[in-house]
Amino acid sequence: MPEPAAPVPPPPIPHPPFPPGRHVPTPRELFLGFAKIAVCGFGGVLAWSRRVIVQERGWMSPEEFNEQLALCQVLPGPNIVNFSVMFGSRAAGLPGSLAALFGLLGPPVILMILAGILYRRYGELPELRGVLSGLAAAAAGLLIATSLQMIRAMVKNRLTAGHIVAVVTFGAAGILRMPLLWVMAVVIPISIAFAWWERR
Amino acid sequence: MKQDSDIFLALLMNFALCSLMAVGGANSVVPEMHRQAVDVHLWISDRKFSELFAIAQAAPGPNVVFVTLLGHYIAGVPGALVTTFAMCAPTCTIAYLVARVFDRFKDATWRIVIQAGLVPVTIGLIAASALIVARAADRDAATFLITIASFALAYWTRITPLAALAAAAGLGLIGII
Repeated sequence: MPEPAAPVPPPPIPHPPFPPGRHVPTPRELFLGFAKIAVCGFGGVLAWSRRVIVQERGWMSPEEFNEQLALCQVLPGPNIVNFSVMFGSRAAGLPGSLAALFGLLGPPVILMILAGILYRRYGELPELRGVLSGLAAAAAGLLIATSLQMIRAMVKNRLTAGHIVAVVTFGAAGILRMPLLWVMAVVIPISIAFAWWERR
Repeated sequence: MKQDSDIFLALLMNFALCSLMAVGGANSVVPEMHRQAVDVHLWISDRKFSELFAIAQAAPGPNVVFVTLLGHYIAGVPGALVTTFAMCAPTCTIAYLVARVFDRFKDATWRIVIQAGLVPVTIGLIAASALIVARAADRDAATFLITIASFALAYWTRITPLAALAAAAGLGLIGII
Protein backbone atom coordinates (compact mmCIF):
# COMPACT_ATOMS: atom_id res chain seq x y z
CA MET A 1 0.00 0.00 0.00
CA PRO A 2 1.50 3.38 -1.00
CA GLU A 3 2.30 5.76 1.86
CA PRO A 4 0.30 9.02 1.68
CA ALA A 5 2.66 11.93 1.02
CA ALA A 6 1.18 14.16 3.70
CA PRO A 7 -0.12 12.54 6.87
CA VAL A 8 -3.61 14.03 6.65
CA PRO A 9 -5.82 12.20 9.13
CA PRO A 10 -8.97 10.90 7.49
CA PRO A 11 -12.25 12.21 8.91
CA PRO A 12 -13.53 10.32 11.94
CA ILE A 13 -16.43 8.48 10.31
CA PRO A 14 -15.60 6.19 7.40
CA HIS A 15 -18.92 5.42 5.73
CA PRO A 16 -20.44 2.25 4.37
CA PRO A 17 -18.16 1.53 1.44
CA PHE A 18 -15.27 1.37 3.85
CA PRO A 19 -15.50 -1.63 6.13
CA PRO A 20 -12.90 -1.85 8.87
CA GLY A 21 -9.47 -2.61 7.52
CA ARG A 22 -10.00 -1.23 4.05
CA HIS A 23 -7.85 1.69 2.99
CA VAL A 24 -9.81 4.97 2.97
CA PRO A 25 -8.51 7.19 0.17
CA THR A 26 -7.25 10.65 1.06
CA PRO A 27 -8.28 13.71 -0.98
CA ARG A 28 -4.98 13.55 -2.81
CA GLU A 29 -5.52 9.91 -3.77
CA LEU A 30 -9.08 10.71 -4.79
CA PHE A 31 -7.91 13.52 -7.03
CA LEU A 32 -5.31 11.33 -8.71
CA GLY A 33 -7.64 8.34 -9.06
CA PHE A 34 -10.47 10.29 -10.65
CA ALA A 35 -8.05 12.23 -12.85
CA LYS A 36 -6.79 8.90 -14.15
CA ILE A 37 -10.36 7.81 -14.87
CA ALA A 38 -10.96 11.03 -16.79
CA VAL A 39 -7.74 10.90 -18.80
CA CYS A 40 -7.98 7.21 -19.69
CA GLY A 41 -11.73 7.16 -20.22
CA PHE A 42 -12.00 7.44 -23.96
CA GLY A 43 -15.46 6.67 -25.25
CA GLY A 44 -17.17 6.63 -21.87
CA VAL A 45 -15.66 6.73 -18.43
CA LEU A 46 -17.76 4.01 -16.85
CA ALA A 47 -15.47 1.12 -17.73
CA TRP A 48 -12.44 2.98 -16.49
CA SER A 49 -14.06 4.06 -13.25
CA ARG A 50 -14.82 0.45 -12.45
CA ARG A 51 -11.30 -0.54 -13.36
CA VAL A 52 -9.58 2.12 -11.27
CA ILE A 53 -11.92 2.13 -8.27
CA VAL A 54 -12.54 -1.60 -7.98
CA GLN A 55 -9.59 -3.39 -9.53
CA GLU A 56 -6.61 -1.09 -9.24
CA ARG A 57 -7.19 0.77 -5.99
CA GLY A 58 -9.58 -1.61 -4.26
CA TRP A 59 -11.65 1.26 -2.92
CA MET A 60 -14.89 -0.66 -3.47
CA SER A 61 -16.02 -4.20 -4.13
CA PRO A 62 -17.72 -4.83 -7.50
CA GLU A 63 -21.09 -5.12 -5.73
CA GLU A 64 -20.61 -1.85 -3.86
CA PHE A 65 -19.64 -0.15 -7.10
CA ASN A 66 -22.80 -1.35 -8.87
CA GLU A 67 -25.00 -0.34 -5.96
CA GLN A 68 -23.49 3.10 -5.72
CA LEU A 69 -23.85 3.60 -9.46
CA ALA A 70 -27.49 2.53 -9.34
CA LEU A 71 -28.09 5.08 -6.59
CA CYS A 72 -26.45 7.78 -8.70
CA GLN A 73 -28.76 6.98 -11.59
CA VAL A 74 -31.74 8.11 -9.53
CA LEU A 75 -30.20 11.55 -9.15
CA PRO A 76 -30.33 13.95 -12.08
CA GLY A 77 -27.12 15.06 -13.72
CA PRO A 78 -24.03 13.37 -15.09
CA ASN A 79 -23.87 9.99 -13.34
CA ILE A 80 -20.16 9.65 -12.95
CA VAL A 81 -19.86 13.23 -11.70
CA ASN A 82 -22.43 12.49 -9.02
CA PHE A 83 -20.58 9.29 -8.29
CA SER A 84 -17.30 11.14 -7.72
CA VAL A 85 -18.97 13.61 -5.35
CA MET A 86 -20.70 10.91 -3.32
CA PHE A 87 -17.70 8.66 -3.15
CA GLY A 88 -15.37 11.52 -2.27
CA SER A 89 -17.71 12.66 0.47
CA ARG A 90 -17.85 9.23 2.05
CA ALA A 91 -14.12 8.86 2.00
CA ALA A 92 -13.02 12.29 3.14
CA GLY A 93 -15.93 14.68 3.51
CA LEU A 94 -16.13 17.92 1.57
CA PRO A 95 -12.40 18.00 0.69
CA GLY A 96 -12.80 14.47 -0.64
CA SER A 97 -15.79 15.44 -2.79
CA LEU A 98 -14.01 18.44 -4.23
CA ALA A 99 -10.81 16.48 -4.84
CA ALA A 100 -12.66 13.71 -6.70
CA LEU A 101 -14.75 16.20 -8.67
CA PHE A 102 -11.80 18.33 -9.72
CA GLY A 103 -9.80 15.26 -10.62
CA LEU A 104 -12.59 14.00 -12.82
CA LEU A 105 -13.42 17.31 -14.50
CA GLY A 106 -10.16 19.27 -14.42
CA PRO A 107 -8.18 17.50 -17.15
CA PRO A 108 -11.07 17.10 -19.64
CA VAL A 109 -12.26 20.67 -19.08
CA ILE A 110 -8.79 22.01 -19.88
CA LEU A 111 -8.63 19.73 -22.90
CA MET A 112 -12.04 20.89 -24.13
CA ILE A 113 -11.06 24.54 -23.77
CA LEU A 114 -7.95 23.86 -25.87
CA ALA A 115 -10.09 21.99 -28.42
CA GLY A 116 -12.53 24.90 -28.43
CA ILE A 117 -9.75 27.38 -29.15
CA LEU A 118 -8.52 25.23 -32.04
CA TYR A 119 -12.06 24.75 -33.35
CA ARG A 120 -12.79 28.46 -33.36
CA ARG A 121 -9.50 29.18 -35.09
CA TYR A 122 -9.28 26.34 -37.60
CA GLY A 123 -12.74 24.73 -37.67
CA GLU A 124 -13.66 26.27 -41.01
CA LEU A 125 -10.43 25.39 -42.82
CA PRO A 126 -11.29 23.44 -45.97
CA GLU A 127 -8.79 20.73 -45.01
CA LEU A 128 -10.67 20.08 -41.78
CA ARG A 129 -14.21 20.19 -43.11
CA GLY A 130 -14.20 16.55 -44.10
CA VAL A 131 -12.65 15.41 -40.82
CA LEU A 132 -15.25 17.24 -38.75
CA SER A 133 -18.16 16.09 -40.92
CA GLY A 134 -16.89 12.53 -40.65
CA LEU A 135 -16.51 12.75 -36.89
CA ALA A 136 -20.02 14.18 -36.49
CA ALA A 137 -21.55 11.47 -38.67
CA ALA A 138 -19.71 8.73 -36.76
CA ALA A 139 -20.71 10.20 -33.39
CA ALA A 140 -24.34 10.14 -34.54
CA GLY A 141 -24.00 6.44 -35.35
CA LEU A 142 -22.57 5.72 -31.91
CA LEU A 143 -25.45 7.50 -30.24
CA ILE A 144 -27.96 5.52 -32.31
CA ALA A 145 -26.21 2.33 -31.20
CA THR A 146 -26.38 3.42 -27.56
CA SER A 147 -30.09 4.09 -27.79
CA LEU A 148 -30.82 0.79 -29.51
CA GLN A 149 -28.78 -1.07 -26.89
CA MET A 150 -30.84 0.60 -24.18
CA ILE A 151 -34.06 -0.25 -26.01
CA ARG A 152 -32.95 -3.85 -26.40
CA ALA A 153 -32.25 -4.05 -22.68
CA MET A 154 -35.77 -2.84 -21.98
CA VAL A 155 -37.63 -4.92 -24.55
CA LYS A 156 -38.37 -8.12 -22.72
CA ASN A 157 -40.94 -9.92 -24.79
CA ARG A 158 -44.07 -7.97 -24.21
CA LEU A 159 -45.17 -4.40 -24.62
CA THR A 160 -45.11 -2.46 -21.37
CA ALA A 161 -46.13 1.05 -20.41
CA GLY A 162 -42.41 1.84 -20.47
CA HIS A 163 -42.28 1.38 -24.22
CA ILE A 164 -45.09 3.87 -24.71
CA VAL A 165 -43.38 6.35 -22.38
CA ALA A 166 -40.11 5.99 -24.31
CA VAL A 167 -41.84 6.57 -27.65
CA VAL A 168 -43.80 9.58 -26.38
CA THR A 169 -40.67 11.11 -24.87
CA PHE A 170 -38.78 10.55 -28.09
CA GLY A 171 -41.53 12.12 -30.19
CA ALA A 172 -42.00 15.13 -27.93
CA ALA A 173 -38.30 15.93 -27.45
CA GLY A 174 -36.83 14.66 -30.73
CA ILE A 175 -39.50 15.28 -33.37
CA LEU A 176 -41.81 17.96 -31.99
CA ARG A 177 -38.87 19.68 -30.24
CA MET A 178 -40.99 20.65 -27.27
CA PRO A 179 -39.33 22.32 -24.27
CA LEU A 180 -37.93 19.51 -22.16
CA LEU A 181 -39.27 20.91 -18.91
CA TRP A 182 -42.87 20.53 -20.13
CA VAL A 183 -42.20 17.09 -21.53
CA MET A 184 -40.69 15.88 -18.29
CA ALA A 185 -43.35 17.47 -16.11
CA VAL A 186 -45.89 15.27 -17.90
CA VAL A 187 -43.93 12.16 -18.73
CA ILE A 188 -42.00 11.49 -15.51
CA PRO A 189 -44.95 11.34 -13.09
CA ILE A 190 -46.84 9.10 -15.52
CA SER A 191 -43.85 6.85 -16.02
CA ILE A 192 -43.22 6.52 -12.29
CA ALA A 193 -46.91 5.80 -11.72
CA PHE A 194 -46.73 3.04 -14.34
CA ALA A 195 -43.60 1.62 -12.75
CA TRP A 196 -45.32 1.62 -9.37
CA TRP A 197 -48.38 -0.04 -10.85
CA GLU A 198 -46.34 -2.76 -12.56
CA ARG A 199 -44.42 -3.48 -9.42
CA ARG A 200 -47.45 -4.12 -7.27
CA MET B 1 -20.79 44.87 -21.04
CA LYS B 2 -24.50 44.51 -20.43
CA GLN B 3 -24.76 42.15 -23.36
CA ASP B 4 -21.93 40.06 -21.94
CA SER B 5 -23.49 39.60 -18.57
CA ASP B 6 -26.78 38.81 -20.27
CA ILE B 7 -25.30 35.94 -22.18
CA PHE B 8 -23.58 34.52 -19.10
CA LEU B 9 -26.78 34.72 -17.13
CA ALA B 10 -28.66 32.99 -19.94
CA LEU B 11 -26.01 30.26 -20.10
CA LEU B 12 -26.09 29.81 -16.35
CA MET B 13 -29.87 29.51 -16.17
CA ASN B 14 -30.15 27.25 -19.20
CA PHE B 15 -27.50 24.78 -18.23
CA ALA B 16 -28.46 24.70 -14.57
CA LEU B 17 -31.94 23.71 -15.68
CA CYS B 18 -30.46 21.10 -18.01
CA SER B 19 -28.43 19.75 -15.12
CA LEU B 20 -31.58 19.11 -13.11
CA MET B 21 -33.36 17.54 -16.08
CA ALA B 22 -30.51 15.22 -17.01
CA VAL B 23 -32.07 11.91 -16.03
CA GLY B 24 -29.74 9.02 -16.66
CA GLY B 25 -26.80 11.19 -17.67
CA ALA B 26 -25.70 14.25 -19.60
CA ASN B 27 -26.62 12.97 -23.06
CA SER B 28 -30.30 13.01 -22.12
CA VAL B 29 -30.40 16.78 -22.32
CA VAL B 30 -28.74 17.11 -25.73
CA PRO B 31 -32.19 17.75 -27.32
CA GLU B 32 -32.85 20.59 -24.89
CA MET B 33 -29.36 22.07 -25.30
CA HIS B 34 -29.81 21.92 -29.06
CA ARG B 35 -33.23 23.55 -28.86
CA GLN B 36 -31.91 26.37 -26.70
CA ALA B 37 -28.55 26.96 -28.37
CA VAL B 38 -29.58 26.45 -32.02
CA ASP B 39 -33.30 27.26 -32.24
CA VAL B 40 -34.10 29.70 -29.42
CA HIS B 41 -30.92 31.72 -28.86
CA LEU B 42 -29.18 31.21 -32.23
CA TRP B 43 -25.87 30.83 -30.39
CA ILE B 44 -24.55 28.20 -32.80
CA SER B 45 -25.47 26.52 -36.07
CA ASP B 46 -26.92 23.05 -36.32
CA ARG B 47 -23.83 21.70 -38.09
CA LYS B 48 -21.38 23.15 -35.57
CA PHE B 49 -23.43 21.79 -32.70
CA SER B 50 -23.06 18.28 -34.10
CA GLU B 51 -19.34 18.77 -34.74
CA LEU B 52 -18.67 19.95 -31.20
CA PHE B 53 -20.68 17.04 -29.87
CA ALA B 54 -18.48 14.69 -31.90
CA ILE B 55 -15.24 16.29 -30.68
CA ALA B 56 -16.40 15.85 -27.09
CA GLN B 57 -17.23 12.21 -27.77
CA ALA B 58 -13.82 11.59 -29.29
CA ALA B 59 -11.98 13.13 -26.33
CA PRO B 60 -11.37 11.37 -23.02
CA GLY B 61 -13.45 12.24 -19.99
CA PRO B 62 -17.10 12.18 -19.02
CA ASN B 63 -19.73 13.08 -21.65
CA VAL B 64 -20.70 16.14 -19.70
CA VAL B 65 -17.66 18.10 -20.90
CA PHE B 66 -19.53 18.63 -24.17
CA VAL B 67 -21.08 21.59 -22.35
CA THR B 68 -17.57 22.98 -21.75
CA LEU B 69 -16.90 22.93 -25.48
CA LEU B 70 -20.31 24.38 -26.28
CA GLY B 71 -19.88 27.12 -23.68
CA HIS B 72 -16.47 27.93 -25.09
CA TYR B 73 -17.85 28.28 -28.59
CA ILE B 74 -20.66 30.53 -27.39
CA ALA B 75 -18.76 32.80 -24.99
CA GLY B 76 -15.07 31.92 -24.80
CA VAL B 77 -13.26 30.62 -21.71
CA PRO B 78 -15.64 32.35 -19.27
CA GLY B 79 -18.53 30.77 -21.16
CA ALA B 80 -16.91 27.35 -20.88
CA LEU B 81 -16.50 27.74 -17.15
CA VAL B 82 -20.04 29.04 -16.69
CA THR B 83 -21.69 26.19 -18.60
CA THR B 84 -19.55 23.56 -16.86
CA PHE B 85 -20.31 25.04 -13.46
CA ALA B 86 -24.02 25.36 -14.23
CA MET B 87 -24.23 21.81 -15.52
CA CYS B 88 -22.50 20.30 -12.48
CA ALA B 89 -23.15 22.49 -9.44
CA PRO B 90 -26.86 21.82 -8.86
CA THR B 91 -26.66 18.06 -9.07
CA CYS B 92 -23.29 17.84 -7.31
CA THR B 93 -24.79 19.75 -4.40
CA ILE B 94 -27.66 17.29 -4.25
CA ALA B 95 -25.26 14.34 -4.52
CA TYR B 96 -23.13 15.75 -1.72
CA LEU B 97 -26.11 16.35 0.56
CA VAL B 98 -27.55 12.87 0.12
CA ALA B 99 -24.23 10.98 -0.03
CA ARG B 100 -24.27 9.92 3.58
CA VAL B 101 -27.88 8.92 3.87
CA PHE B 102 -28.45 7.48 0.43
CA ASP B 103 -27.36 3.97 1.31
CA ARG B 104 -30.39 3.63 3.53
CA PHE B 105 -32.62 3.90 0.48
CA LYS B 106 -30.82 1.17 -1.38
CA ASP B 107 -33.72 -1.23 -0.98
CA ALA B 108 -36.48 1.33 -0.53
CA THR B 109 -39.46 0.71 -2.79
CA TRP B 110 -39.76 4.33 -3.81
CA ARG B 111 -36.16 4.41 -5.01
CA ILE B 112 -36.59 1.28 -7.08
CA VAL B 113 -39.87 2.56 -8.52
CA ILE B 114 -38.47 5.99 -9.38
CA GLN B 115 -35.46 4.42 -11.00
CA ALA B 116 -37.63 2.05 -13.01
CA GLY B 117 -39.81 4.96 -14.07
CA LEU B 118 -36.85 7.03 -15.24
CA VAL B 119 -35.44 4.34 -17.51
CA PRO B 120 -37.96 4.68 -20.37
CA VAL B 121 -37.70 8.48 -20.20
CA THR B 122 -33.92 8.24 -20.48
CA ILE B 123 -34.23 5.90 -23.44
CA GLY B 124 -36.62 8.25 -25.22
CA LEU B 125 -34.27 11.18 -24.62
CA ILE B 126 -31.12 9.38 -25.78
CA ALA B 127 -32.96 8.31 -28.93
CA ALA B 128 -34.03 11.93 -29.44
CA SER B 129 -30.40 13.03 -29.00
CA ALA B 130 -29.36 10.51 -31.62
CA LEU B 131 -31.96 11.77 -34.06
CA ILE B 132 -30.95 15.39 -33.55
CA VAL B 133 -27.23 14.76 -33.95
CA ALA B 134 -27.82 12.51 -36.97
CA ARG B 135 -30.05 15.05 -38.67
CA ALA B 136 -27.42 17.73 -38.22
CA ALA B 137 -24.49 15.53 -39.26
CA ASP B 138 -25.90 13.58 -42.19
CA ARG B 139 -26.00 16.05 -45.02
CA ASP B 140 -25.20 13.73 -47.95
CA ALA B 141 -24.83 10.09 -48.93
CA ALA B 142 -21.26 9.82 -47.62
CA THR B 143 -22.01 11.09 -44.13
CA PHE B 144 -25.17 9.00 -44.00
CA LEU B 145 -23.15 5.88 -44.79
CA ILE B 146 -20.59 6.79 -42.12
CA THR B 147 -23.38 7.02 -39.56
CA ILE B 148 -24.69 3.60 -40.54
CA ALA B 149 -21.22 2.05 -40.50
CA SER B 150 -20.38 3.51 -37.11
CA PHE B 151 -23.73 2.36 -35.74
CA ALA B 152 -23.11 -1.16 -37.05
CA LEU B 153 -19.63 -1.29 -35.54
CA ALA B 154 -20.80 -0.13 -32.13
CA TYR B 155 -23.93 -2.26 -32.11
CA TRP B 156 -22.74 -5.56 -33.50
CA THR B 157 -19.03 -5.73 -32.68
CA ARG B 158 -16.92 -5.32 -29.59
CA ILE B 159 -14.45 -3.03 -31.33
CA THR B 160 -13.92 0.22 -29.45
CA PRO B 161 -16.24 3.00 -30.66
CA LEU B 162 -13.13 5.14 -31.00
CA ALA B 163 -12.27 3.10 -34.10
CA ALA B 164 -15.39 4.44 -35.81
CA LEU B 165 -14.51 8.02 -34.93
CA ALA B 166 -10.90 7.56 -36.05
CA ALA B 167 -11.86 5.88 -39.32
CA ALA B 168 -14.43 8.56 -40.13
CA ALA B 169 -11.93 11.33 -39.39
CA GLY B 170 -9.39 9.53 -41.59
CA LEU B 171 -11.85 9.27 -44.48
CA GLY B 172 -12.54 12.96 -44.08
CA LEU B 173 -8.85 13.78 -44.08
CA ILE B 174 -8.17 12.03 -47.37
CA GLY B 175 -11.11 13.83 -48.90
CA ILE B 176 -13.67 11.06 -49.26
CA ILE B 177 -16.26 12.94 -47.25
